[in-house]
Amino acid sequence: MRTLAFALRNTKEIIRDRLNLIFGIGFPVAILLLLTAIQANVPVELFVIDHLTPGVAVFGLSFVALFSGLLIAKDRSSSLMLRLFTSPLTSRDFIFGYTLPLFPMAALQIIFCFAFAVILGLKVNLNTLLSIVVLLPAALLFISIGLLCGSIFDEKQVGGICGALLTNLSAWLSGTWFDLDLVGGAFKKVAELLPFKHAVDAGRAAMSGAYQNIMPHLWWVIGYAVAMTIIAILVFTKKMSSDA
Amino acid sequence: MIAIQTKNLTKTYKNKTAVNALNLSINQGELFALLGVNGAGKTTTIKMLSCLIKPTSGDAEVLGHSINKEPFAVKQQINVSPQETAVAPNLSVRENLEFIAGIYGNDRKTSIEKANKMIASFGLSGIEKDKAKTLSGGWQRRLSIAMALISEPKMLFLDEPTLGLDVIARRELWQVIEGLKGKITIILTTHYLEEAVALSDRIGIMARGELKAAGTADELMKQAGMDNFEDAFIKIAGEGGSGV
Repeated sequence: MRTLAFALRNTKEIIRDRLNLIFGIGFPVAILLLLTAIQANVPVELFVIDHLTPGVAVFGLSFVALFSGLLIAKDRSSSLMLRLFTSPLTSRDFIFGYTLPLFPMAALQIIFCFAFAVILGLKVNLNTLLSIVVLLPAALLFISIGLLCGSIFDEKQVGGICGALLTNLSAWLSGTWFDLDLVGGAFKKVAELLPFKHAVDAGRAAMSGAYQNIMPHLWWVIGYAVAMTIIAILVFTKKMSSDA
Repeated sequence: MIAIQTKNLTKTYKNKTAVNALNLSINQGELFALLGVNGAGKTTTIKMLSCLIKPTSGDAEVLGHSINKEPFAVKQQINVSPQETAVAPNLSVRENLEFIAGIYGNDRKTSIEKANKMIASFGLSGIEKDKAKTLSGGWQRRLSIAMALISEPKMLFLDEPTLGLDVIARRELWQVIEGLKGKITIILTTHYLEEAVALSDRIGIMARGELKAAGTADELMKQAGMDNFEDAFIKIAGEGGSGV
């Protein structure tokens, strides 16, 4: 009940911040449009739509991380949070109260991205739907990264870390824009240790019908998402006393 | 019956002692004002008693529960109206009230009923649909106190409730606070001496983290050998140097 009451408040905050909502959903669509236009004018297969869509969907989620980080950082700096810290809300209520409304927003972003890809030529079949489902744990991962950053940093710092660092990490180390084998070496090894490439590969495996390849990648994403959520709860607990 | 009993309550930050071995007793239903110059330790005391921060040493029993061992039980019975106006700016007056009722475990129906009651008793009906950020400072404070009371606390902490308000808004808020006297225990911090004298049953004067004296306004004037409360306050709070 307490978590739901807090989630309802956060839902209202998110819905009323239309600029972020439009930007979050619109950005992946703009990227898809741009890269498809490039593909139409080059003779080689650079950005094939069924390969590109899961990657752009994952990249778009980095803006959900930015959004969730800003939401929690902004709240932490307000006196409303002081009032909430003296209430019976626990740090778990806080983290889940933020995650619950952000998850549908992230899912909506993925669906919009795929829907626009269909307009650009992506075929709709069961694998397309499966790919959307497979990307949902990545949504949780990015939300938890945002919440962790928002629990540690202030509004300005979150803008830099989630807005610049995370978007670049998820862009370069996910294999969305180029094959990581082309770079190889330490770059590829680092990419394989991080969850972004695995999130994209799981989505691509689902899209191509290579079902046996989904879970080995998805476990990385789920593992990181669970770990990040637990760390966010622990950090938020610590911050509850130091922010007071 | 005793509502608050502190036992050598102490808070230190690195080399600075914010509150030093505070021993204070407050009765149930009493309106107790904590006075002191900036840095006297008033807000730190309130933060410890409302379980926002942990004491470095010592303990306090709030409504029969230890703030060190049973903070959750304490939080369920108290509420706080922080120094700055602690409202959710993008929510309406009604939504703010229902939100706070919800995080104290009330279901939707009960939250609506309690919000109706608060709107009626605080005269908020004309502005119930207005977003909190559009209200004047006086109305925001009034809402902030209504939010603190919607959980039906047995104890209310009011931290500088009239700070920054014009004289009319301040007097209106005094009426609200006077209406609560005797019904619940109220701990009030303020810089305005006349406010403490007008509203409180007893007054505690803090200086440099220590409770210098406690009693009714008349008792404190008698103790200091002064004819007016301001002189009594200056004498008691200034004993042993200003500490600046």
